[in-house]
Amino acid sequence: MQGSAVDTSDAMMGVAQESAAHPEEHPDHRVFGLILFLVAESMIFAGLFSAYLAFRLVAPEWPPAGTPELEVLLPGVNTLILISSSFVIHQADSAIKKNDVAAMQRWFGITAAMGAVFLVGQLYEYSHLEFGLTTNLFASTFYALTGFHGLHVFVGILLMLAVLWRSRQANHYSKEEYFGIEAAELYWHFVDVVWIILFLLLYIL
Amino acid sequence: MTQTELKATPASSPPPHGHGETRKWTDYFTFCTDHKVIGIQYLVTAFVFYMIGGAFATAMRTELATPDPDFVTPDVYNGLLTLHGTVMLFLWIVPAGAGLANYLIPLMIGARDMAFPKLNAIAFWMIPPSGILLLSSYFFEPPSAGWTSYPPLSLTTGQLGEGIWIMSILVGGTASILGAINFLTTILRMRVPSMPLTSMPLFCWSMLATSFLILVSTPVLAGALILLAFDLLAGTNFFNPTGGGNPIVYQHMFWFYSHPAVYIFVLPLFGAISDVIPVHARKPIFGYRAIAYSSLAISFLGLIVWAHHMFTSGTPPWMRMFFMITTMVIAVPTGVKVFGWVATLWRGKIAYTSAMLFALGFIATFLIGGISGVMLAAVPFDIHVHDTYFVVAHFHYVLFGGAVFGVYMAVYHWFPKMTGRMMNEFWGRIHFVLTFVGMNLTFMPMHELGMRGMNRRIALYDPQFTDLNVVATVGSYILAVSTIPFIINAVWSWLYGPEAPANPWRALTLEWQTTSPPMIENFEELPVLKTGPYDYGLGYIPDRDPPELYGEEVPA
Repeated sequence: MQGSAVDTSDAMMGVAQESAAHPEEHPDHRVFGLILFLVAESMIFAGLFSAYLAFRLVAPEWPPAGTPELEVLLPGVNTLILISSSFVIHQADSAIKKNDVAAMQRWFGITAAMGAVFLVGQLYEYSHLEFGLTTNLFASTFYALTGFHGLHVFVGILLMLAVLWRSRQANHYSKEEYFGIEAAELYWHFVDVVWIILFLLLYIL
Repeated sequence: MTQTELKATPASSPPPHGHGETRKWTDYFTFCTDHKVIGIQYLVTAFVFYMIGGAFATAMRTELATPDPDFVTPDVYNGLLTLHGTVMLFLWIVPAGAGLANYLIPLMIGARDMAFPKLNAIAFWMIPPSGILLLSSYFFEPPSAGWTSYPPLSLTTGQLGEGIWIMSILVGGTASILGAINFLTTILRMRVPSMPLTSMPLFCWSMLATSFLILVSTPVLAGALILLAFDLLAGTNFFNPTGGGNPIVYQHMFWFYSHPAVYIFVLPLFGAISDVIPVHARKPIFGYRAIAYSSLAISFLGLIVWAHHMFTSGTPPWMRMFFMITTMVIAVPTGVKVFGWVATLWRGKIAYTSAMLFALGFIATFLIGGISGVMLAAVPFDIHVHDTYFVVAHFHYVLFGGAVFGVYMAVYHWFPKMTGRMMNEFWGRIHFVLTFVGMNLTFMPMHELGMRGMNRRIALYDPQFTDLNVVATVGSYILAVSTIPFIINAVWSWLYGPEAPANPWRALTLEWQTTSPPMIENFEELPVLKTGPYDYGLGYIPDRDPPELYGEEVPA
């Protein structure tokens, strides 16, 4: 090594000794990485939302003539369920920080159930709509946006089920090691915020 | 550490895992999480695709040697054109940049690996499927709407191939995003404690800017391609005007990625050249901070210039004005960099190594491409030469001049570190001369052709353009030949080249402070910064500097 004061063999032994005494620490960058991933995810949605707005601004009439009115009541209830589930999942985070795995499992179970109710509600809405995917530009964007978001809700539920599955093993999660729980929670909040924007764009504006 | 402490080490302690071992050649074909293996995997894969894309280009130039479509049919030509563009951009330049970044970032910042090694390997192993998918489309029904894939053209020609094309880009784009997450986390969180951001090698700064661009813009392309896939496969009409859709929205979304993408292609090489020039000119880099921050300025401005690709798409005048101004402004941070490189060369002790020659070729050709870029930013001129060979000349000067010269430069410079062997300098110079001459012969006449109104992307042309096209075709053959000395040199040197010392160029950045090739996990013990990355010829001041600083003065 150029310019190094220590002899190479000494340095070599130094590392060996160090790793025998206390294994090298690997700081945890996973939350940071997940946040970057969510930045990328939010840019997909930003792109799709901008496309929706562009379609809408350029169109002479929006939604195009003959598009049936959207019902707001059911999606409104669905929105309330999804927003409240963000508060529920936060309880799981507080629970695991107190090392209470059972409570964490309970809150995660409730959140996953609320997510499932949301998805069922959305499918119910789909089945009662009077337009299909290819009816017109509004219909296409409606299904593409809500469908893409629904896919994210589905992935969020899978993440929660994965956490529940892993938490059967004692000590898999504790107040020191709870990345899986934190990740699922962050992802869920993200899905929630996206829905709020989407709901405002498609149903209210 | 003293001898007594050494003896105190228990005899039963396990041998230092990984340290001092070297890689077997078979490791390069496995799902290996070592960033150095992944870096070389990326580079070699990218180079294979470069050869394939180059073969497409040579076939196209052969076709264009005469005005009539006599070598291939226009349909085949359209397929070649689309695959040439897509392969070169998504499977050559992007993976080549990712390969350099993977290999160099952890070494340069004194880390043992990337932040997420497994994710890193996953990202790499998405590239070969993406490439195979894309190339396979040629045998079914080649996509023939160009690498831009504008609807409605892309919805009506080569639909099967178009679907495969979309799939391939989505896979490659995902790999790119995963890579960017890794680079950002590694650079921001894993530097050795003694290295603040402002002591990083400039390559790391440029990768910071590149990764930010990838992270922000690639997902938008994914969104556009998903909608395009719906149009193609599910019969929706997002972008199809006959069904009430709006093709301009696709163009906006596409260029929101694809303009920043040119900075994604070239910024890593901006960083690499900033690291190569000071070493071979034995001078500190001129304006470290200016070059570092201009990368960030480019990546920010790069996000707000996209519509200059759309001046003929019926864009409203205010939008043309806005994008014309931002496009001209982005030449400023780029010019700052070029100024910094030239000022570093000024009165330096320039060693004309192959790496330095390619660096000089990079600056010269990139500058020409940059100047024609400013010309194209002006709306009236752009409308005049839109879709002519002038545009082809411009972006090949930027991409060939920037990216290809840059990658060759980086390979000549870091080859001793990567393989532990020196490359042959004589054949390196032959390679440079052939590349430089071939490149200018191929693309310089295209400026004139474009000004005279020859349309791009068409297999046949009017006879008055023949002479200059023949020149360009001859140039492209020289370019094709120029890769032969490089391949032989690289393969031969890797196997039989003279063994490289740890620091053959007497460089100061951290990657040269370990063995060549670096041991598994990079460093015996994590290095401590003792100098700035470019303190060449500054000397060692006995009263101020610690004695182990350089051992001796770093020769200028």
